[in-house]
Amino acid sequence: MKRRPLFLISCLCFGFAFFYVPILSLMVFSFNKSRLVTVWGGFSTQWYGKLLHNEQILKAALLSLQIALASATLASILGAMAGIALARFHRFRGRTLLSGLVTAPLIMPEVITGISSLMLFIFMAEWIGWPSGRGFTTVTIAHITFSMTYVAVIVQSRLSSADVAIEEAAMDLGARPWQVLIDITLPVIAPALVSGWLLAFTISLDDVVITSFTTGPGTTTLPILIWSKVRLGVTPDINALATVIICLVAAGVVAAALIMHRAESRRSRDEQMAQAQGASG
Amino acid sequence: MVGRWFDSKGWRDIVISVPFLWLLVFFLVPFVIVVAMSFARRAELSPPIAFLDHWTYLQTGNFARLLDDSLYLRAFLTSLWNAGLATLFCLLIGYPMALGITRVTRSWRNLLLMLVILPFWTSFLLRVYAWMGLLGANSWFNKALTGLVNTILPADRAMSSIPMMNSNFAVVLVMVYSYLPFMILPLYANLEKLDQTLNEAATDLGSRPWQVFKDITLPLSIPGIIAGGLLVFIPASGELVIPSLVGNASDPMIGRVISDEFSSARDWPMASAVAVALLLALVLPIMAYTHFEKRAQERVEGRA
Repeated sequence: MKRRPLFLISCLCFGFAFFYVPILSLMVFSFNKSRLVTVWGGFSTQWYGKLLHNEQILKAALLSLQIALASATLASILGAMAGIALARFHRFRGRTLLSGLVTAPLIMPEVITGISSLMLFIFMAEWIGWPSGRGFTTVTIAHITFSMTYVAVIVQSRLSSADVAIEEAAMDLGARPWQVLIDITLPVIAPALVSGWLLAFTISLDDVVITSFTTGPGTTTLPILIWSKVRLGVTPDINALATVIICLVAAGVVAAALIMHRAESRRSRDEQMAQAQGASG
Repeated sequence: MVGRWFDSKGWRDIVISVPFLWLLVFFLVPFVIVVAMSFARRAELSPPIAFLDHWTYLQTGNFARLLDDSLYLRAFLTSLWNAGLATLFCLLIGYPMALGITRVTRSWRNLLLMLVILPFWTSFLLRVYAWMGLLGANSWFNKALTGLVNTILPADRAMSSIPMMNSNFAVVLVMVYSYLPFMILPLYANLEKLDQTLNEAATDLGSRPWQVFKDITLPLSIPGIIAGGLLVFIPASGELVIPSLVGNASDPMIGRVISDEFSSARDWPMASAVAVALLLALVLPIMAYTHFEKRAQERVEGRA
C-alpha cells in the first residue's frame, strides 16, 4: 500500500502541470516586449496599455456581457421551470419528450446546434418576418436554448435529493400549490439556481461556435473577435487580453466557491445548533 | 376566475409548458428542419434549397454522395479516430488523477478538485490558443521537446524542430487538454463512493496493490469510465474549434466539413446530410450514455 500513493501523486503532479503550464506560458509571454510571441525580448506591459485603448475589444466585451447577462437570467428561469416539472410532476403528457429535449442539447455537437438554429431563424424570417435580422436577439435565443438545459439538469438533481415531505407538509397546512413553489421549493433550489446561473453566464460568455452561426454583421462578441484574430496566428495583444479574461474568471469562480462554501457550512452549523437546542429544550 | 384556475392547475401548466414550448420551437423544430433539408437539393434561390416537385418530395442524392465522395468518409474516419485517441489518453491521464484525488486528505481534495474545475470555467477558446503558442516551431516547448527527442535519435538524424502545429497529433493533444476535466470529474464521483473496506479486506487476504486495483477498483469504476469516456468522445468527434486552429486543413474533421459545406460552399442540403450522418454515427454512444445516466439516476432515486 505504501508505493501506490507515490505513483498516484506523481500522476497528479504531471496532470496539473499539463493543465497549468500552457496557461502560465501564455500569461508570461503577455509581458513580452517583442512582437514575436515565442521569443523572449524583455519585460514590458505595453500590450496591456494598448488593450485599454482598443475600442473594438471594449465594445465586444460589453456586448458579450450584455448577452451573457440576458441569456443566463432567462435560461435560469426556463431551466428552473423545466427542472421542477421533471423532478416534481411525475405524470403529464409529453414528459418523456421533455426529458429528452432537456438532455439532447447537452450532447448535440455544437456545429449542428449552430447550423440548425441559423436555419430556423432564416426560415422564421421568411415565413413570419421575425427575427428581421441576426444579431443580439438571435444570439441570445440560441444561448438560452443551449444553457437552460444545464440549469434544468442541476435544478432537477438538487430537487430529487431534497425531501418532498417539507413541500407535502406545507400543502397539508393549507398552502396553495404555487405558494409552496415560492415559499419552499424556490429556497430549496436557490443554491442550484446560483450555480446554474453562473454556468449559463460563463457558457454564453465563452461560446464561439453557436454564436458564429447565429450572429449577424455588426454584432461581434468578444469570443468571435478573438476567434477571428487567433485564426491568423499568435499575437502578444491577444495574450494580454487572454491573461485579463482568465484572471477575472478565475477570481470570480474562486470567490463564488468560497461564498457558497461559507453559506453551506453556516447552514449546517445552524442546523446542528437548532438540533442541539431541540434536544436540550 | 383566473385566480381559481391559477390556484388549482394553472401554475402547474405554466411551469411545464413554458420551457416545453421554448425547447420545441428553438431546439426540436430546427432539428426537424435539418433532417428535412438533408433530403433537399441545392438551388439558386433564397434560401438556397429546393425539394422535388412531385411525391415523394425527397431525394437521397446527398446521402449517395456521402458514400461516393471519399472526402466525407475520410473526414468521418479522421474524426472518430481522433476522438477515440483523445478519449483513450484522457482515460490514461485522468484515471490515476481521479484516483489520486480520492487518496489525499479532505482539504487537499477540495483544493485539487477546484484546480480541475477551474480550467473548465475559463475560456475554452483561450485554452486552445495557449497551445498555439506552445506548438509552433520556435516556442520554448517545441525546442525543449526537440532537444529531448534528439538525445535519443542518432546525431545524423537530429531535427531542428518537431512539426507539431497543424497536425492530427496537435488536434488530439489539445482535445485531451480541453476535455480532461470531463473525464476526471465523473471518474472521481464514481471512485469516491467506492467502499474502502473492500480494498483493505483484499489486502488482508494477501492481494498485492495492483491486484487490488485490477480485481476491485477497476471493475467497480466501469460506470465512471463509461460516463467520462462518452462525455469526452461525443463532443470531441464533432469538434470544430480545435481542428480549425491547430489541425491539418487537408485532413479535416467532420465538424469542419459541415461548417465549410454550409458557409463556403453554401450547400445547405449537403451540410444537413453530413450532420444527420454524424448524429447517426453518434446515436449508439448517445443512447448508451442516456441509458447509463438513467440507471444511475434510478439508483440514486431508489436509495432515497
